[in-house]
Parts: sequence; structure tokens; C-alpha cells
Amino acid sequence: MEKYAEQIHRCFRCGWCKFTSDYLDLNCPSYKRFRFDTFSTSGRLWLTYAWLRGELEWSEHLAEILYSCTTCKNCVEQCPMGFADDIVDWIVGARSDMVEKGKIPPRVAHFFEAIHGYGNPLKLLRSDRGAWANGTKRYEPGDEYLFYVGCLGSYDENAQKMAMSLAELLNEAGVSFGILGSEENCCGNEVYMLGEIGLFQVLAETNSQKFKELSVKKIVTLSPHAYNTMKNTYPGFGANFEVYHYTQLLYDLIKKKKVKLSQNKAKVTYQDPCFLGRYNKIYDEPRRILQSIPGIELVEMERNREDSFCCGGGSGNFIMDLLAGGEDSPSRVRVRDAYETGADTLAVACPSCMTMFVDAIKAENLDAKLTVRDISQIVKESLASR
Amino acid sequence: MSDMYEALVKIVGKNYVSNQKEERYFYGRDPGLMSPHEPDYVVMPRTTEEVQKIVKLANKEKIPVVPKGGGLALTGLVIPLKGGIVMDMKRIDKILEVNERARYVIVEGGTTEGGLKSYLEKHHPSLRHSIPDAPPIATVVANAVIHGQGRLTQQYGFNSDMVTGLEVVLPTGEICRIGSCSISKYWFSRGAPMPDLSGLFLGWLGTTGVITKMGLKLYPRKKIRDVEVFVTDKEDLVPDILFKLTHTEMVEDINIWCQPHPPMFRENHHVTILITGDSEEELQFKKKMIWDALQEYIDSKDGGFMWVMPDAKPTFLEMPLESLSKFADVRKGGGFEYSGPIVLAEDYPECSRKLAELAVKYKLTYSGMVRVIGRSHCIMFGFAYTFNRADLDEMDRVRKALHEVAEFALEQGGTHWKPTVDEQKMMMERMDPDTLKLMGKIKGLLDPNGIMNPRNWEVG
Amino acid sequence: MLALEFDETKCANCKAVSCLVKCQYMDLDKDEAKIEWQKVIKSEDSPVLDACTTCYACEEYCPFGNHPFYLIVERQEERGMFTAPRPITKQWINMCEPAGKFRLGKVKEQALSFCFIPALRSLARGRLFESALPSWILGAEFFCNVVYLHFAKTSVIKDRLPKITENIEKQGIKELICLHDECYGSFNSLAPAYGIKVPFKTTHYFEYLYNKLKEHKDAIKPLNVEVAYQRNCSARLVPETDHFVDDIFGLIGVDRVEREYDGENALCCGEIIRMVKGYKLADDVQKRNIDDIVNAGAEYCVFNCPFCYMALAEKMAKRGIKPIHIIDLCKLAIGEKPALEVG
Repeated sequence: MEKYAEQIHRCFRCGWCKFTSDYLDLNCPSYKRFRFDTFSTSGRLWLTYAWLRGELEWSEHLAEILYSCTTCKNCVEQCPMGFADDIVDWIVGARSDMVEKGKIPPRVAHFFEAIHGYGNPLKLLRSDRGAWANGTKRYEPGDEYLFYVGCLGSYDENAQKMAMSLAELLNEAGVSFGILGSEENCCGNEVYMLGEIGLFQVLAETNSQKFKELSVKKIVTLSPHAYNTMKNTYPGFGANFEVYHYTQLLYDLIKKKKVKLSQNKAKVTYQDPCFLGRYNKIYDEPRRILQSIPGIELVEMERNREDSFCCGGGSGNFIMDLLAGGEDSPSRVRVRDAYETGADTLAVACPSCMTMFVDAIKAENLDAKLTVRDISQIVKESLASR
Repeated sequence: MSDMYEALVKIVGKNYVSNQKEERYFYGRDPGLMSPHEPDYVVMPRTTEEVQKIVKLANKEKIPVVPKGGGLALTGLVIPLKGGIVMDMKRIDKILEVNERARYVIVEGGTTEGGLKSYLEKHHPSLRHSIPDAPPIATVVANAVIHGQGRLTQQYGFNSDMVTGLEVVLPTGEICRIGSCSISKYWFSRGAPMPDLSGLFLGWLGTTGVITKMGLKLYPRKKIRDVEVFVTDKEDLVPDILFKLTHTEMVEDINIWCQPHPPMFRENHHVTILITGDSEEELQFKKKMIWDALQEYIDSKDGGFMWVMPDAKPTFLEMPLESLSKFADVRKGGGFEYSGPIVLAEDYPECSRKLAELAVKYKLTYSGMVRVIGRSHCIMFGFAYTFNRADLDEMDRVRKALHEVAEFALEQGGTHWKPTVDEQKMMMERMDPDTLKLMGKIKGLLDPNGIMNPRNWEVG
Repeated sequence: MLALEFDETKCANCKAVSCLVKCQYMDLDKDEAKIEWQKVIKSEDSPVLDACTTCYACEEYCPFGNHPFYLIVERQEERGMFTAPRPITKQWINMCEPAGKFRLGKVKEQALSFCFIPALRSLARGRLFESALPSWILGAEFFCNVVYLHFAKTSVIKDRLPKITENIEKQGIKELICLHDECYGSFNSLAPAYGIKVPFKTTHYFEYLYNKLKEHKDAIKPLNVEVAYQRNCSARLVPETDHFVDDIFGLIGVDRVEREYDGENALCCGEIIRMVKGYKLADDVQKRNIDDIVNAGAEYCVFNCPFCYMALAEKMAKRGIKPIHIIDLCKLAIGEKPALEVG
């Protein structure tokens, strides 16, 4: 993390990071929301550099600026400089410094406290983590997949429905899998992005150890956030298992005709989750699933794939929501994007996107016109066996 | 002061005013080398009316106002040298109208270059504007106000020459329309056949008012673009090469560049020639005209066309020019600055020698970046030096080199483009006294309290 | 200083003077050719030195292996001539100057050479390169430098090539698989002509491909397409490798169309000609070449040299011909995706 302090001055504040690749729109969620240059990537980097050099004292406002970044990686995609790939690491590095110095916004502090105390950011009981499962089998050694549900999937009402449909689909397809229920712990992706590296290490090591003890070979995650950290960061902690996002597995099951689909008439647009798309370049599988369903018309929002606009929920903002308030909050902007396509359904593949958009649709008074559905839900509703 | 904050909140809403030190820090600087000076407030209006209210308030309270676009001039033009209010214009960013047949667009004061490009490509694919090489967040209005140049400058002059009308909030709060739009719903002319009042605002660097709307000429977008790069190792030949090239009238844009890194570019001067056409035949015809125009240099072996491999072409053809921003990271330090005097093409050899000489003297990494303005009527010679923002000594050496450039450019008979405050002073010291007096009168008349971007173009 | 091993007596006894008579860009009969060639040998003024397009073909036309092209280049340089404009020559010389920025895979005794051409690294992917791939070299430090023959600068080659062979040897390489045809030409024609020792074995990638395809015979699905072959300038230095083109085509079910500009009569890709002779001849050569391919009914044009590909791919695609590098063609035959595509 020290490396960032030696590199951070390289930002020229040229502002390419604010846009989509064709400059059609502002694509940095926090800049779009706040519009002060300070809330863009270059603002963050310049202010952090000033803070490191003692030109600027810490303030809650400074911390909020730093933490309003959703780590959506749009800046990484658009920055023309050689250091582009390092930007998120720099942001995480700066946050980590703030964490170490105990100088973080209260909402971030509460987020960490909740993870410490409850193993989830919603401060809900560990014992209730598997309450949604309704008979879904516990993972046992020998099961092919561990279904890692994640915090939102376990506790959030809408995300629980995602978990349920996915579990049902996996059962339907005859996949051998199980969940950890109350034994499951937070994956740590958000904790890492928020700069609590110590806590993240504990989570990653604990989870990896548990998975090893259970002889887990393959993991399928509901959340792209969990997928990202388990696939890309856990191996650094000695983890050695195959990790899949559920859309990858589901598409494979559809191709192998283990999930058979029938007519489901809907006009659907799809939100690329940042941790599936920009972080892991998985753009096609979710779309192919939707395109496999007879009757589904898939329409693209103007900003899609690498240019997709973040829901605003990344870096724990699905709970903290530092970007909330007003019509320029990213989730509201994005549901308007979706509505403009003429779609009746906004398909998601991420519990954070689900949570963010359910609220945004209400705020935009689009309840009657646009529905948010997870891909697993859409597939479940399209099952031939139904 | 808290009254002022509250008053600004009343105008634009709480979300769009800040007097917090973070915004003051950031808006007190630009990416260049000028000393910082922080504003007291940063405000982001959404409408002309909000701009008007802010300006009226500032005028009443005699508080400085600095309108800001992308803030990318590098020469400190939006650093509020007397504090006050920095007015970030980027929320007033609508594209109001495109008159496709009359080929003009009306944009708001904070519409970005990238935004306009993208909008035209999507909605009016047969039209384009003269996009500068600056990053896409640069604003159309600010670019015209500093007499920026762009891809169509060789054909049609400074980007400010393409302005077809203005809506301006005067420092005293009146809203003026300049050009045909002052008497008509059409924005086709900024003056002619009436008196051209746009000169009261263009080039004044925000010291005479805040432009909230601008009409801008659009031009045909040809279907195909291509590039040729002519290379010579004799800088003395460049003026003639430009004269011959511009004589063909076949070229979209001409840039000249010289730099020692990477090594393949060492010792040579590169003339990038951009060509457009609606068909391969048109393109080929233009290329042949260009090749023939420069044949004599090929015969004498003094110059030749470089083989631009297909994978290298996008770098030359891109708009805006990403590679220009990348120059800032050559020293892995996030900075470059250039002085870009407007000089005659015949000054190219002297300028390029000076560029390299100063690089040696101050131990700097350089790039000469030149754009031909009009049919070689003049050129912008960018003396660009990159620096590491963490190396204060290197930054100081760049400052010194650029100061020498400033002196040199005036000695050559040139003028400074987007001049720093010091460069403005240097020019005013040499300016015809009656002209200077006229400038003072105009400024005094329009901005009696001196609130607009003070210290810039400050006469006497 | 390294000197060209050139035997005047061979030329004195030569009646055909094929080096000049066969030249596609000069119009000399045997008698004129004899006179002009003697002038070249004696280092006198000759229009040959100006007319040469640097296509390398005379190296192949000479039945005695007496290196007429290398001699022309020597004479051009002796006279301070520039074939291409001086600044372009400088650019090419500066471009490939070793600057310590080379890249290495896990180099073993057998290594792939990508020369100084990143596109070759993109090409060398997939099953055909699986076993060899970890071991590779890329960079100006390994660049064969033969290209300076086009620029009348054998001095650069003489200066750099011995260091290049040293650099390669230092990597512990015993066998170098040259993916750039010109590298193979440099080690097997130019180096011996100047007495430069090459302390490692060199294998042309054609041979490598041919052997690998045989190993993957079961995976080959015959392509059943008609192709033209764009024979490049450096192939003239090592015509003994030519048979592999047909051998490979045979393995992957490809028919090579008969056309005028093939074999000894192949035409330059045109871009070097553009630099040294200007656009009129270059355009003419390219047009004749592409017309010939179109008229021969080829679906694909297969390239050996990545620079020929860069010069002609787009132009061919516009005429309905599919340009493809021979490595990509082989990959296609075993169901893999090509690396280089137009546009």
C-alpha cells in the first residue's frame, strides 16, 4: 500500500476518467452525482496527495470524497495513462491509510463494525444468515459446488429472492451443491475496497480455511463482488478452488439443456455489474442466458459493457449509500437509462444492483413501468417445467 | 462571508456551492505550473438565470468571479488570483439546437468538447466541429474564449473564428445576445453585417462577462479520414513544406512535431497531414496532390513520407488526442506545460532550435507540437516540457524554460496564446499605448468593479 | 571491418547476367547488363545504383550465390547514396537501435525469436506453439537488421549483427526458431556473406510449423480454399525454404493458385518501393500484384512477412481477398482463431 503514495502524483487531472469511451455521458458515478471536480478520480487523487504532503488536513468531507468512489473501475477503463490499472489500488491504498489513522466517515466505520460484530454489514444475526434457505441443503464434502450466497443474498429481502431462485434452478438442473447457512461469513470484497485490509485478511483467511476444511473444490457465487474477491484476491491467501459467478454456471447448464426454457415474453435490458464486467470481463454469458429464452427481447442501454454505468452500490455503498440523494444519484440515473430503452424489465446479475435499483425505481416513480429482476429469477420464470 | 455562502445556496441550491477547503484546494490549482490561489467559494449554476444572479450578487459585493470550463489551459487562467467565486460551468451543458442545413450548433456555456462530438456523431453524422486536442472534458465555450485551435483550424482558422453568436452575462448582470441571435431566432452570424461585438468577449479570458450560450459553425464530416506523415531532418525546410501543403487546399489538418523520444523520432521534424474524403477516389486524389506537392524534397532526399503502419494510424486520427495527455506521464510524474505562442510559419526553424536548446540548458524532456492556422497564415508553436510533479526542482526548471520561451516568442514577433498573467503583462508592455488604453476603456466600461477574473488583462 | 565475400571471377565468366537482366524494375539486355554490372563491380557510376528498388531479387537470380544485391548496397553506401530520403533512413536506424528494452519468456536452449516485431508474438499462440512458447525473445537486441539493405546501410548491419548474435548466444540459446523470415535470411545468407559467425542453430518457422502440423495431424480439417502466396523480399535470400510453403499447404488442404507474380517473379509488397521510389511505382506494383491475385481466383492471400501483411492486407480486403498470415492459416486449419485481422 506504500506504493500508492509514491505514485499518486502522476494523475494529470486531464479528466478522461469522467466519461464513457465515446464521451456520450459522464460515467464516473460520484462525479455524475456531485459534479464538483473533487468528486472525480483526479479530485480524489489530488486531494489525497495534498493530504499525504500535509497541504490539506483530514476532514470528514475529504474522507467522504474518498469514500464516495464506488470502485466501479470506469476510470481505469478510460484513463489514457500507463498507470491506469493501478488507480483502484491507489484509492484503496489511501483508504487503508485513513483506516489505519482511524479517520473514516462514520458510515464507513459503522460498516466495519457491523462486519466485525455480525459478519455482515446489515447488523443482522449470524444465526439468521441461512434463514432464507428454506430447506436448501447444507454443503457437505463431496458436493460439486459450494453456493456462496453472500451478505445481501442472505439478508436483503430482494436479494434473498435471487438466492432462492438460483437454488431452485440448481436443484432443477440436478447440480450437486450446498450452502453454508449460518456458517457463512462475509466475503470481504467491500471491506477490501474500503481499505480495511486487516479485516479483509481475517475474512479471506477464515473463509479460505473453512472452504479447505470442507474440501470445497468449486464455488458458485450469487454476487459478482464475492466472485471478484474469491477469484482474484483469495488465491493470495493460499486458496485453491475454482470460482464461478452463477451466470457462468447457468449459461453452461442452459447450453447442456439441463435447464430447459420456454416462452417468456418480455423486453429486457441488462445492467453489467462492475465486478462482473469491468473487473472480470464477463459480458457475454448473462446476455446469452437472456437471449436463450424464447420471447425475451434484449435491448441495450446506451452505456453498456465496458461503458456501463455503475448502480452506485460498489464499495459498500449498497449499505452506506454515500451517493444517495437527488435525481443525479447513480441508481436513479441508471433506472432512467433503462426506462429509456423501452424495456419493461431491468435484468441484474448482482444483489447490490438489485438493492440499489429497487429503491431507485420507487424514487423515479417507475414502479408500474419497470421491474428489476435478477437473471436467475427471469430464468426461473421461464422454466419449461413450470 | 457566511451571508455570501447562504446567498449562493439560495441561488443554486446547497448541493452546488462549496466553501469547504477540499473544493477550495482543488479549484485553486490547475494541472500546470502556476502558483495556487484558492477561491472562497465554488459554485455550479445550472441556468443563465442562475449565472446572472451570481454575477449580480458578486458585482454588488465586489467579489471576484472566475468562470471555469475544463480548467485545462495549464496557464493558470482559472486560478482565482484574488479569491472570490470560481464558477464551474460544467453543469450548464446542454446542446440546445443544431441547424443542420445552416450548419451551426448552439451550446450552453459548459458543454464539453467530448459531449458535442459524441452528440453530433449520434444525431447529425454528416456534421462535425473543430475539436481541439485537449481532453474531452474541455468545454466548447472556454476553448473559443481562449482562441483555441482544433482539427479544422487549418481550413477555417481559430476555433473562435467559427463562433456564430453569443449569450453573455455581463459583469453588471445584463444578459446580452451577440450577433444575428440579437435580432433573430437564428444564430448564423456573430456580427456581420452588423458590428461584430463578439470581440468584446473572445480572447478576454473571462474578464468581460460569462458566456452562457454560444453558436458555433459546423462543417461537413467526410466518411473517411486518413493520415500521412512527412518527415524531414532540416527544420529550415518546414516553412516551405507548409506553404506547399497548404497551397494544395487538400488537407484537413496539419500538425508538426519534433521530440527526441522514442528514439525513432530523434533528429527529425514530422508533419502530420490529415486528409478526408467521401470515397477512396477522393482520398486518393488528395493524397496524390499532396505527394506531388512535396516530391521535390523526396527527390533531394531531404524529406519523405514515413510508413504509418495500420496499427499506428488511430493514434494520429483520434479526436480528441489521447496521446497529448499521455505526454504528461513521460516522466512518470503527472505534468507537462507548454507555452504556445502564435508565430509565423517562417519562425518554425528558430522555434524548434530554441525548444531543443532550452531542453539542454534546463535538462528537460521536450516535445514541439505545432498546429498550422489557416493556410499557413500563422502557426501555434507549442514548446512543451514534461515534468515530474514530485520533483520541485524539475518543475522550477520548466518554469524557467517557459519564461525564456515567453521572451523569445515576443522577440520573434509572435504573440502569446492563452497567456499566463505574466505573459499578458509582457504583451501589454509592448502593446501600442492607444490600443492598451482602448482595452482599458472596454474593460472599465463592461466591468466597472473589476470583478471578472481579476489580474487577467488588467490594464495599468 | 567486415567485408563482403564477393568473387569477381564468377561475374566475369557469367554470360546471362541474370542479376540485372531478370530485374523487374530495370530494362537492360544482356550486353547492357554486362557493362553496367562491371561498373558496379569496379565501383564506377552506374544507373543501376539509382534504379535499384532494393527488392532483393537479384540475390536469388544469381546462379553462383555471388551476392549481387549485397554488392549493390555496398556500392550505394560507398557513394553516400540514400535510397530512401535521409530522414526516413535515420528514422529506421534510430527505431531499431538496441536500448535495453528487450523482453524475454522463459528462455531455454530452444527459443522462438519474435525479432523486434510484437505482431509475431500475437501470432504465435495456440496448440502449435504450446511446447515452444514459454521460451521466446523479442526486442531490438535480437533484431536481424537486414532491413538496412533497403536503406543502403550495410554498415549498420555490420555494426549490429555480430552484437545481435552475441546477445542471442548470451541467452544460452542453442536453437533459434526464426518467426521472422528475414532473421533466418540474415543468419543463413547475410551473415555467411560477411563472415559473421552464428553460434547457434537456426530453424525457419516454416519447418517448425510443418513439423507441428504433422504432430497435430488429427486436428487438421482441410481448409479446401484457393490461396495466393505473397512471396516477400527476404525469401529471396533463402529460397531453399520455399518448398515448405507448398508442404504446409498440402497438409492443410490448401490449393496455391497459379499466378504471374509468384516464385522468382514475385512482386514486392510495395511499401519499401514507396519509400525509395515514390508512390507512382509503389501503387503500380501493388495494383498489379492484387489484380493478379484477383484474376487468379484466390480467396485468400497468404503472407510470410508481417510487414507485407501490414502493407497489403487492407488493400486486399477492399478487393475481396482475405489476407492471412501463414501461421494464422495453420491455426485456422486446426480450428483456432487467427490473430491478425484487418480493421
